[in-house]
Amino acid sequence: MSQTQALWWASESFWRKTAIWVTAGSFVVLIFLTFDTVKQITAGSKRVPAYANALNHRIDYVFDAKRNFQVPVIGPEEPLFGKMLTETEAEALVSHGKLTTQAKNCMDCHTLLGNGAYFAPDLTKSWLDPAWGSKETREQTMVEFLMNPTDKLHNASGRRMPNLKITEAEARATVAFLKWMSSIDTNGFPSNFKPIDQADAAPAPVAEPAAPAAAPAADAAPAQQ
Amino acid sequence: MAAIGISTATMNGGQKLAMKYFTVAIALFGAQVLFGLLAGLQYLYPDFLYGILDFSINRMLHINAMVVWLLFGFIGSVYWMLEEEAGVPVVGIGLANLIFWIFTLAVVVVVLVFLLVQVGPGEQKSIWLITEGREYIEAPRWADIGIVVCVLAFFYNVSATFAKGKFTNIGGVLVMDLVALAGIYLAGMYYTPNISMDQHWWWWVIHLWVEATWEVLVGCLMAYGLIKTMGVRRKIVETWLYIEVALMFGSGILGLGHHYFWIGTPEYWFTIGGFFSALEPIPLVAMVVHAVFDAGHHKLKSTNNPALAWIIAQAFGNFFGAGVWGFMHTLPQINLYTHGTQWTASHGHLAFFGAYATMVIAFLYIALQKWRGDVYMSSNLVGAWKWKWAIFLLHAGMITMVMALLISGYEQSQIERAIEGSTWMGYFTAQEHRWFMQGMFWRQIGGWIFAAGFVLLAWDLLTIGKRETRPALQVQAE
Repeated sequence: MSQTQALWWASESFWRKTAIWVTAGSFVVLIFLTFDTVKQITAGSKRVPAYANALNHRIDYVFDAKRNFQVPVIGPEEPLFGKMLTETEAEALVSHGKLTTQAKNCMDCHTLLGNGAYFAPDLTKSWLDPAWGSKETREQTMVEFLMNPTDKLHNASGRRMPNLKITEAEARATVAFLKWMSSIDTNGFPSNFKPIDQADAAPAPVAEPAAPAAAPAADAAPAQQ
Repeated sequence: MAAIGISTATMNGGQKLAMKYFTVAIALFGAQVLFGLLAGLQYLYPDFLYGILDFSINRMLHINAMVVWLLFGFIGSVYWMLEEEAGVPVVGIGLANLIFWIFTLAVVVVVLVFLLVQVGPGEQKSIWLITEGREYIEAPRWADIGIVVCVLAFFYNVSATFAKGKFTNIGGVLVMDLVALAGIYLAGMYYTPNISMDQHWWWWVIHLWVEATWEVLVGCLMAYGLIKTMGVRRKIVETWLYIEVALMFGSGILGLGHHYFWIGTPEYWFTIGGFFSALEPIPLVAMVVHAVFDAGHHKLKSTNNPALAWIIAQAFGNFFGAGVWGFMHTLPQINLYTHGTQWTASHGHLAFFGAYATMVIAFLYIALQKWRGDVYMSSNLVGAWKWKWAIFLLHAGMITMVMALLISGYEQSQIERAIEGSTWMGYFTAQEHRWFMQGMFWRQIGGWIFAAGFVLLAWDLLTIGKRETRPALQVQAE
């Protein structure tokens, strides 16, 4: 083959056109998918519940046989801090909490939805964590912990959360944000999670997953120093 | 004939400006290493600097210093090649110099606020003035706006210079890439209480920068670097560049979906994200083939051996760090257990170093050669041990860190995720495990080796070619 008759598939112009078409095509597909995704993750949708809906009710995380992973379930009425909120009030509270997580830079130690740093536990389902003891004391324990975490024994690794000068209002808002975040459908992340026992205080049988967590949690739970 | 000794006389306006950007870049590289060492020590000694410079602050400075030094390195590299590529002096060089000082000053202010103010109350004003608190783009909103202004001015310099002179293929790809790079940054500049929405757009910035537009940018830099150091024929290099762009954007744009598995986004991203991100290593293979083939074809004869060594290091580092390490945990079936563990840290370290740090360092050597008055930098260079030991120590340190983090990551996925189910207790059970802590210990050793490599690199950059009297080797352009 002579030098002047370059192979079409090895030519610059062929690959220039390919680059342009592939890039433009991928981008168009992305835009279409983005419209759909944004609709599906707007607060108030099936995957990302409305703020008040989450804050005013019990959130659970149960195995869904059809989807083959755990999904959040919005349960009976169980208002945060015992107060029913309108959607506007709930959004304002969650927003204050989210602003607090940003201003205190939570993500450079913790992960939220699995993104962030790896120095401290993931917060995606922290509202449901058995480390908070019982569901009756959970809200207050979380608020107190956020406001003054330094002298509380977290774990045996020696790592402690620093005092970030979180006010009581900020702490309550952060708890609201965390409760709402636990209601987001994250396609089963984290998997195999064993949530806190939220069954109502009846002589019902103790939920299986919560029981083994109770004993070792003594040194893990911030509440139980 | 060749003027040996520091000389800016032969450098064009863009190149003089590039030297300023490179100087700040290398200083910030040092800051990245320093804060990385401090953050790593806090895993081993949790009370170290507790309450003074907490892990969150060190880690924020570690990753932000990295983003900014790489950006400064990229901008410097583009200014370096701009006039030679376009064939005319940089348009608006006065503005470009002014922007450099504004950009640098802004970085200094942001770093001082990070160090001294650290956190703020949970209000909008904290986000505007102190920190946005979103990983990698923690810079406060005022700085975001500043960055956009600086990047727009930079874009003006580049596009106007190419428009006035000639648009080479490298120039064309570069200009289109900068449009995307600047535009995408805007996606990260808004507030929403909805964390799913926040993360969705945040990934537009992080992923579409790091796994798409930055990759194409280094593709352009590699193209220029190969022509410059070995005289590779432009037509070959530019054809490869288009192949890389097609493969990079073809896999990387929809590969964005591999960040949409667990943040509330719909299940169809499992398929789309898994499939396209699995293709992402392909362009990186192409780059290795391309660089290694050219180097072999030219029998490793180059005008600048340190630069060529770093270009080859880039080809392999990019392939292993971004390609192999990324592929290892990109499929959702695995990612469920690795997402948000030290796996990510292992991948992040090797990918950013392998793909980006290496390319900027290659350009530093290309620039310094001219700064020293087109001095000889080929085989048997006087004092060559320094650059060789620097490249060795930086890689040895990096590989030690990456392997150690990976072992900690394995342990974490197994114990925290698969067995314990990611509760608070499960997390700490895994963190306190001996295998995890051994990983953290060896990561710190790797960090010290890397830091030694950095010191040697900095020393070499200051002195390379100083005692050399031969002029630069000429390579025959094909």
